Amino acid sequence: MSQVNQVKLGAEFIADTPHRVSHDRCLWEARMRRDRTASRIPEWEEMRALASQIKLHTLSHLDSYLSRFEEKLTANGIHVHWAEDAEAHNRIVYEIFRSHGVKTVTKGKSMLMDECGMREYLSERGIDIYEADLGERIQQLDNQRPSHIVMPAIHKLRGDVARLFADKLGSDPDIDDPHYLNSVMREHMRKHYINADAGMSGVNFGVAETGTIVVATNEGNADISANVPPLYVASMGIEKLIPRQSDLALFIRLLSRSALGFDITQYTSHYTRPRHGQEMHLVIVDNGRSARLGSQYYEVLKCIRCGACMNTCPVFRRTSGLSYDAPYMGPIGIVLQPSYDLHRYARLPYSCTHCGSCMNVCPVKVPIPHYVFLWRTEIVERGEDELMHRTEETAMALALRNSTNLSHAERLGLWALRNLPKSLLESRLNPWATHHTNPEPPQETFRQYYKRTTKK
Amino acid sequence: MRIGFFVPCYVDMLAPQAAISSYELLKRFDLDVTYIERASCCGLPMTDMGYERKACAIENNLVEQLLGYDYIVIPSGICTDQIRYHLDSVEKTPEVKRILETTHDIVDFLHDVLQVKSLPWARFPHRVALHNGCHSLRFLHQARPSELMIPDFSKTEALLRLVEGCEVGYATRRDECCGFGGTFAIWDESCAGQQGLDKVSDYARNGFRYVTSADFSCLLHQQCTARKYGVDIRTFYIAEILNGDAEKAIIKEGGEK
Repeated sequence: MSQVNQVKLGAEFIADTPHRVSHDRCLWEARMRRDRTASRIPEWEEMRALASQIKLHTLSHLDSYLSRFEEKLTANGIHVHWAEDAEAHNRIVYEIFRSHGVKTVTKGKSMLMDECGMREYLSERGIDIYEADLGERIQQLDNQRPSHIVMPAIHKLRGDVARLFADKLGSDPDIDDPHYLNSVMREHMRKHYINADAGMSGVNFGVAETGTIVVATNEGNADISANVPPLYVASMGIEKLIPRQSDLALFIRLLSRSALGFDITQYTSHYTRPRHGQEMHLVIVDNGRSARLGSQYYEVLKCIRCGACMNTCPVFRRTSGLSYDAPYMGPIGIVLQPSYDLHRYARLPYSCTHCGSCMNVCPVKVPIPHYVFLWRTEIVERGEDELMHRTEETAMALALRNSTNLSHAERLGLWALRNLPKSLLESRLNPWATHHTNPEPPQETFRQYYKRTTKK
Repeated sequence: MRIGFFVPCYVDMLAPQAAISSYELLKRFDLDVTYIERASCCGLPMTDMGYERKACAIENNLVEQLLGYDYIVIPSGICTDQIRYHLDSVEKTPEVKRILETTHDIVDFLHDVLQVKSLPWARFPHRVALHNGCHSLRFLHQARPSELMIPDFSKTEALLRLVEGCEVGYATRRDECCGFGGTFAIWDESCAGQQGLDKVSDYARNGFRYVTSADFSCLLHQQCTARKYGVDIRTFYIAEILNGDAEKAIIKEGGEK
């Protein structure tokens, strides 16, 4: 697959002022709400530290917790499946559906199922998936992936949704009133909710002690998928475990506050056994996670998929999630995606200014800026760096090698700034000049000042 | 107290005034200040982009030059962070460890080591927007980043408050990154440019004419973006205000507009 060029895709979104301004404002408001709600909890920083420790503890004892979890699930009457990779996950899900004659499915939001490319896999085999999350369904109708892990259609304006619904669902393209648009979707989806042969959802937390899966949503999309059809299939990554029921409250308190700045998600549902007459399956997926656990990037497995890093990221807010062209986007995406396909995602770790805000909002303290450094180093070592970068860095390393080289380079640079024609200095050869004037060349460097003023 | 004064490459070439003000300011405190003439760069432009191997010679050359002082003081937050925490190619002998621990950005040095309580020579009778650069803020902990729910503090603001007449304020998005990000401003100029424009527009909306920061790299980016888009701001490196040079420059330029 070709390499993702986030800079180029991002520049297109930046140039689209109405979309960029709205996107940036919505996410910045979420970040501000997060600050306000977190500031009301005196023990907020202790909570983050504790959540990080619980996740690290669980990850370092993952084998025993996973065994305990499976035992409990099985004892509770839930069918457990293990999937080594995305293909295995999709095959297992398809087998369950095929053996039950399933044709239509309603599905709650799941990043893992997107990661596995499950919707395409099933639809190629004649199974129709209806996304039950409003934003995710909008994205599905528009044939786009989610642009944010908790706000899948946040890059769209109301008018975009009105036109999309008019095109796909026959509504009035000129009415962009949210109540109207909601009612259009409600009408459209209700029959699918009632008639679906099966329901699906992701999992936010798996409690090893009790074999409970916990799903947090704001629209009840997991609940309608789990509670209406006679068959319910959930998928979770192996890293979603927490040891005990009593650990859960900590994560629930952190999750929605970090994600959207609300005290709690509207729905926090605990599924421990199938309801009467229902069949329930859980697919537990590795897909590269155990390899990641053994790598220097293991702390990314602490991530609880709240999206706080995206809301605060100055690059993400201006370029939108679609520019990352990947299942996971934004700060967590740029340190996660290269481990799936280094060549394809080799440019993503450069879409970062190293501002460090993501590490401070992360509820489980994933050291994202540190991992950005590590990925860039690995990308260079494995020869996936760009030729332009390599050339520039070689020249720079020579110029900065010692004070003699630096003095020569400075003289050359200042001479150029003073003497070269403006047409050349501000040409397309100089990317700095697109949004900047060139710096005013000073009369002398500090080195020259020092020599001039401290004559013995 | 023997102080080694290290002027990083970009400050030397593009912001000599930042270094001059810092150097003259340090000399006011009765310190034995030596400019480290033979030091060139901290290696950040290489390590930042993943070229640790290219940084190796530069880092090792630098450390040799930093030997033999009680403290190293640098007029740049981002380079201080690099030296303290990212000299990965240098063997960490006890001697090297001591250098890293005694290396300070000028703000930390004035606030934490000298514990400066007054700056009687400095006057700046203006409103100024304080931009805490990301590295100074989140990696050198010079102030509380807005994300962290810890007691409020700001070393930069505390120092500026010692300057007569200086009224410190902030942009609405007070510690959002301005988009410089080292080579980011060159390799991703669309995003960096938009971030810079958003930042200087924020100052303008809040009526700021003057902006200061402990990181000149942010100021260079902001000043050049502002000039490109016709936003009327004037930036000063923090030591220019603390040493009283900023006010002299304003008077020389014809007074406050």
